[in-house]
Amino acid sequence: MKRVQERAGQRAVGESVIIQTAVRLMLPFIQLFGLYVIVHGHYSPGGGFQGGVILGASFILTAVAFDLKTSLRRLSERVDTVLGNVGALIFVGTGVLCALLGGLFLDYSALANVIPLDPVEWRSLGIFIVEVGVGLAVMSIMASLYWDLSSRGELDEGL
Amino acid sequence: MKALALLATLVTGAILLYGTQDFAPWGDPDSPPNRNVSPTYITEAVHETHVPNIVTAVVADYRSYDTMFETVVIYCAGLVVVSVLRRRQKS
Repeated sequence: MKRVQERAGQRAVGESVIIQTAVRLMLPFIQLFGLYVIVHGHYSPGGGFQGGVILGASFILTAVAFDLKTSLRRLSERVDTVLGNVGALIFVGTGVLCALLGGLFLDYSALANVIPLDPVEWRSLGIFIVEVGVGLAVMSIMASLYWDLSSRGELDEGL
Repeated sequence: MKALALLATLVTGAILLYGTQDFAPWGDPDSPPNRNVSPTYITEAVHETHVPNIVTAVVADYRSYDTMFETVVIYCAGLVVVSVLRRRQKS
Protein backbone atom coordinates (compact mmCIF):
# COMPACT_ATOMS: atom_id res chain seq x y z
CA MET A 1 0.00 0.00 0.00
CA LYS A 2 2.81 2.35 0.92
CA ARG A 3 4.60 1.63 -2.33
CA VAL A 4 1.47 2.39 -4.29
CA GLN A 5 1.19 5.72 -2.52
CA GLU A 6 4.84 6.53 -3.20
CA ARG A 7 4.47 5.72 -6.85
CA ALA A 8 1.31 7.80 -6.99
CA GLY A 9 3.32 10.73 -5.66
CA GLN A 10 5.87 10.42 -8.49
CA ARG A 11 3.24 10.29 -11.19
CA ALA A 12 3.00 13.28 -13.47
CA VAL A 13 -0.15 15.36 -13.81
CA GLY A 14 -2.79 13.67 -15.93
CA GLU A 15 -1.48 10.16 -15.49
CA SER A 16 -4.02 7.75 -14.09
CA VAL A 17 -3.29 4.20 -13.01
CA ILE A 18 -6.81 3.16 -14.01
CA ILE A 19 -6.47 4.45 -17.56
CA GLN A 20 -2.95 3.07 -17.92
CA THR A 21 -3.96 -0.40 -16.75
CA ALA A 22 -7.04 -0.42 -18.98
CA VAL A 23 -4.99 0.71 -21.98
CA ARG A 24 -2.33 -1.90 -21.30
CA LEU A 25 -4.98 -4.61 -21.23
CA MET A 26 -6.79 -3.32 -24.31
CA LEU A 27 -3.76 -2.79 -26.55
CA PRO A 28 -3.25 -6.41 -27.72
CA PHE A 29 -6.91 -6.73 -28.57
CA ILE A 30 -6.98 -3.45 -30.48
CA GLN A 31 -3.93 -4.49 -32.50
CA LEU A 32 -5.34 -7.96 -33.10
CA PHE A 33 -8.58 -6.39 -34.31
CA GLY A 34 -6.62 -4.11 -36.62
CA LEU A 35 -4.83 -7.09 -38.15
CA TYR A 36 -8.18 -8.88 -38.45
CA VAL A 37 -9.71 -5.93 -40.29
CA ILE A 38 -6.79 -5.86 -42.76
CA VAL A 39 -6.73 -9.60 -43.36
CA HIS A 40 -10.49 -10.08 -43.44
CA GLY A 41 -11.08 -7.33 -46.02
CA HIS A 42 -11.84 -10.01 -48.59
CA TYR A 43 -14.92 -11.18 -46.71
CA SER A 44 -16.24 -8.32 -44.61
CA PRO A 45 -16.13 -4.53 -44.49
CA GLY A 46 -12.59 -3.40 -43.90
CA GLY A 47 -9.27 -3.39 -45.62
CA GLY A 48 -5.91 -1.71 -45.50
CA PHE A 49 -6.99 1.81 -44.67
CA GLN A 50 -9.36 0.92 -41.86
CA GLY A 51 -7.11 -1.70 -40.30
CA GLY A 52 -4.09 0.57 -40.62
CA VAL A 53 -5.91 3.36 -38.83
CA ILE A 54 -6.89 0.99 -36.01
CA LEU A 55 -3.28 -0.17 -35.65
CA GLY A 56 -2.03 3.42 -35.73
CA ALA A 57 -4.66 4.41 -33.15
CA SER A 58 -3.27 1.79 -30.77
CA PHE A 59 0.09 3.57 -30.78
CA ILE A 60 -1.60 6.96 -30.42
CA LEU A 61 -3.55 5.57 -27.46
CA THR A 62 -0.27 4.54 -25.84
CA ALA A 63 1.06 8.05 -26.33
CA VAL A 64 -2.09 9.59 -24.85
CA ALA A 65 -2.40 7.29 -21.84
CA PHE A 66 1.31 7.08 -20.99
CA ASP A 67 3.64 9.49 -22.78
CA LEU A 68 5.41 9.79 -26.08
CA LYS A 69 8.45 7.86 -24.85
CA THR A 70 6.37 4.76 -24.13
CA SER A 71 4.81 4.97 -27.56
CA LEU A 72 8.24 5.34 -29.14
CA ARG A 73 9.50 2.31 -27.22
CA ARG A 74 6.73 0.20 -28.75
CA LEU A 75 7.33 1.47 -32.27
CA SER A 76 10.62 3.26 -32.70
CA GLU A 77 11.05 6.24 -34.98
CA ARG A 78 13.35 4.34 -37.32
CA VAL A 79 11.08 1.29 -37.61
CA ASP A 80 8.11 3.58 -38.17
CA THR A 81 9.84 5.37 -41.06
CA VAL A 82 10.94 2.09 -42.61
CA LEU A 83 7.45 0.58 -42.32
CA GLY A 84 5.80 3.61 -43.91
CA ASN A 85 8.16 3.54 -46.87
CA VAL A 86 7.95 -0.23 -47.24
CA GLY A 87 4.16 -0.09 -47.17
CA ALA A 88 3.93 2.46 -49.96
CA LEU A 89 6.64 0.59 -51.86
CA ILE A 90 4.72 -2.69 -51.65
CA PHE A 91 1.71 -1.13 -53.34
CA VAL A 92 3.58 0.71 -56.07
CA GLY A 93 6.12 -2.10 -56.45
CA THR A 94 3.37 -4.65 -57.03
CA GLY A 95 1.92 -2.46 -59.75
CA VAL A 96 5.28 -1.94 -61.44
CA LEU A 97 6.11 -5.64 -61.15
CA CYS A 98 2.85 -6.51 -62.89
CA ALA A 99 3.69 -4.09 -65.69
CA LEU A 100 7.23 -5.49 -66.04
CA LEU A 101 5.91 -9.06 -66.21
CA GLY A 102 3.88 -8.35 -69.29
CA GLY A 103 0.55 -7.35 -67.83
CA LEU A 104 -0.99 -3.97 -67.30
CA PHE A 105 -0.03 -1.70 -64.41
CA LEU A 106 -1.63 -3.22 -61.27
CA ASP A 107 -3.07 -6.15 -63.25
CA TYR A 108 -2.24 -8.79 -60.63
CA SER A 109 -2.94 -11.74 -62.92
CA ALA A 110 0.41 -11.04 -64.63
CA LEU A 111 2.13 -12.29 -61.47
CA ALA A 112 1.13 -15.80 -62.55
CA ASN A 113 4.19 -15.68 -64.83
CA VAL A 114 6.45 -15.91 -61.76
CA ILE A 115 4.59 -18.25 -59.45
CA PRO A 116 2.29 -20.46 -61.47
CA LEU A 117 -1.10 -20.10 -59.89
CA ASP A 118 -4.46 -19.55 -61.45
CA PRO A 119 -4.53 -15.90 -62.69
CA VAL A 120 -7.84 -15.43 -60.92
CA GLU A 121 -6.27 -16.62 -57.67
CA TRP A 122 -3.45 -14.16 -58.27
CA ARG A 123 -5.93 -11.31 -58.53
CA SER A 124 -7.29 -12.30 -55.13
CA LEU A 125 -3.76 -12.61 -53.69
CA GLY A 126 -2.66 -9.35 -55.29
CA ILE A 127 -5.49 -7.54 -53.55
CA PHE A 128 -4.27 -9.02 -50.27
CA ILE A 129 -0.65 -7.97 -50.86
CA VAL A 130 -1.73 -4.47 -51.73
CA GLU A 131 -3.97 -4.22 -48.66
CA VAL A 132 -1.08 -5.24 -46.42
CA GLY A 133 1.02 -2.48 -47.99
CA VAL A 134 -1.71 0.08 -47.44
CA GLY A 135 -2.14 -1.08 -43.84
CA LEU A 136 1.58 -0.73 -43.06
CA ALA A 137 1.81 2.72 -44.65
CA VAL A 138 -1.33 4.06 -42.97
CA MET A 139 -0.39 2.65 -39.56
CA SER A 140 3.06 4.19 -39.44
CA ILE A 141 1.99 7.50 -40.94
CA MET A 142 -0.93 7.89 -38.50
CA ALA A 143 1.46 7.26 -35.60
CA SER A 144 4.14 9.60 -36.91
CA LEU A 145 1.62 12.37 -37.65
CA TYR A 146 0.45 12.27 -34.05
CA TRP A 147 4.00 12.14 -32.67
CA ASP A 148 5.15 15.11 -34.70
CA LEU A 149 2.06 17.27 -34.28
CA SER A 150 1.72 16.66 -30.53
CA SER A 151 5.36 17.38 -29.68
CA ARG A 152 6.16 20.07 -32.27
CA GLY A 153 8.52 17.64 -33.95
CA GLU A 154 10.72 17.21 -30.89
CA LEU A 155 9.49 13.68 -30.12
CA ASP A 156 10.29 14.19 -26.44
CA GLU A 157 7.27 14.59 -24.17
CA GLY A 158 4.17 15.25 -26.19
CA LEU A 159 0.79 16.03 -24.68
CA MET B 1 -2.71 38.28 -53.12
CA LYS B 2 -5.75 37.29 -51.09
CA ALA B 3 -8.07 38.71 -53.73
CA LEU B 4 -6.20 36.70 -56.35
CA ALA B 5 -6.59 33.52 -54.31
CA LEU B 6 -10.30 34.21 -53.85
CA LEU B 7 -10.69 34.81 -57.57
CA ALA B 8 -8.89 31.57 -58.42
CA THR B 9 -11.06 29.64 -55.95
CA LEU B 10 -14.27 31.15 -57.29
CA VAL B 11 -13.34 30.52 -60.92
CA THR B 12 -12.35 26.91 -60.19
CA GLY B 13 -15.53 26.38 -58.22
CA ALA B 14 -17.64 27.83 -61.02
CA ILE B 15 -15.95 25.54 -63.56
CA LEU B 16 -16.52 22.51 -61.33
CA LEU B 17 -20.17 23.44 -60.81
CA TYR B 18 -20.54 23.89 -64.56
CA GLY B 19 -19.04 20.44 -65.02
CA THR B 20 -21.74 18.85 -62.86
CA GLN B 21 -24.28 19.88 -65.50
CA ASP B 22 -23.10 16.99 -67.65
CA PHE B 23 -23.44 14.37 -64.91
CA ALA B 24 -25.90 11.57 -65.39
CA PRO B 25 -29.09 12.21 -63.39
CA TRP B 26 -28.70 11.10 -59.78
CA GLY B 27 -30.15 7.63 -59.19
CA ASP B 28 -31.28 7.18 -62.78
CA PRO B 29 -31.22 3.42 -63.54
CA ASP B 30 -30.82 4.12 -67.28
CA SER B 31 -27.72 6.34 -67.01
CA PRO B 32 -24.58 4.91 -68.67
CA PRO B 33 -22.72 4.04 -65.44
CA ASN B 34 -25.73 2.21 -64.07
CA ARG B 35 -26.39 0.40 -67.32
CA ASN B 36 -22.84 -0.77 -68.07
CA VAL B 37 -20.32 -0.41 -65.24
CA SER B 38 -22.25 -1.43 -62.15
CA PRO B 39 -23.86 -4.59 -63.58
CA THR B 40 -20.44 -5.72 -64.83
CA TYR B 41 -18.92 -5.35 -61.39
CA ILE B 42 -21.85 -7.09 -59.72
CA THR B 43 -21.98 -10.04 -62.08
CA GLU B 44 -18.26 -10.48 -62.89
CA ALA B 45 -16.39 -9.45 -59.73
CA VAL B 46 -16.69 -12.70 -57.80
CA HIS B 47 -15.59 -15.10 -60.51
CA GLU B 48 -13.04 -12.70 -62.01
CA THR B 49 -11.23 -12.00 -58.73
CA HIS B 50 -12.43 -14.68 -56.26
CA VAL B 51 -13.17 -12.02 -53.67
CA PRO B 52 -16.60 -12.40 -52.07
CA ASN B 53 -16.63 -8.75 -51.00
CA ILE B 54 -17.34 -6.76 -54.17
CA VAL B 55 -16.34 -3.49 -52.52
CA THR B 56 -12.83 -4.82 -51.90
CA ALA B 57 -12.65 -6.14 -55.46
CA VAL B 58 -13.59 -2.73 -56.87
CA VAL B 59 -11.38 -0.72 -54.51
CA ALA B 60 -8.23 -2.83 -54.76
CA ASP B 61 -8.52 -4.39 -58.21
CA TYR B 62 -10.72 -2.56 -60.70
CA ARG B 63 -9.99 0.86 -59.21
CA SER B 64 -6.61 0.08 -57.72
CA TYR B 65 -5.03 3.04 -59.50
CA ASP B 66 -7.26 5.29 -57.40
CA THR B 67 -6.41 3.41 -54.22
CA MET B 68 -2.71 3.61 -55.00
CA PHE B 69 -2.82 7.37 -55.15
CA GLU B 70 -4.91 7.52 -51.98
CA THR B 71 -2.01 5.77 -50.32
CA VAL B 72 0.40 8.19 -51.95
CA VAL B 73 -1.64 11.13 -50.62
CA ILE B 74 -1.40 9.80 -47.07
CA TYR B 75 2.29 9.07 -47.62
CA CYS B 76 2.86 12.65 -48.80
CA ALA B 77 1.02 14.00 -45.74
CA GLY B 78 3.31 12.02 -43.46
CA LEU B 79 6.38 13.01 -45.45
CA VAL B 80 5.55 16.71 -45.31
CA VAL B 81 4.82 16.72 -41.58
CA VAL B 82 8.06 14.87 -40.89
CA SER B 83 10.14 17.11 -43.12
CA VAL B 84 8.63 20.36 -41.81
CA LEU B 85 8.32 19.60 -38.11
CA ARG B 86 10.73 16.89 -37.06
CA ARG B 87 14.06 17.95 -35.66
CA ARG B 88 17.13 15.80 -35.47
CA GLN B 89 17.33 14.25 -32.03
CA LYS B 90 20.48 14.55 -29.99
CA SER B 91 21.33 11.02 -28.94
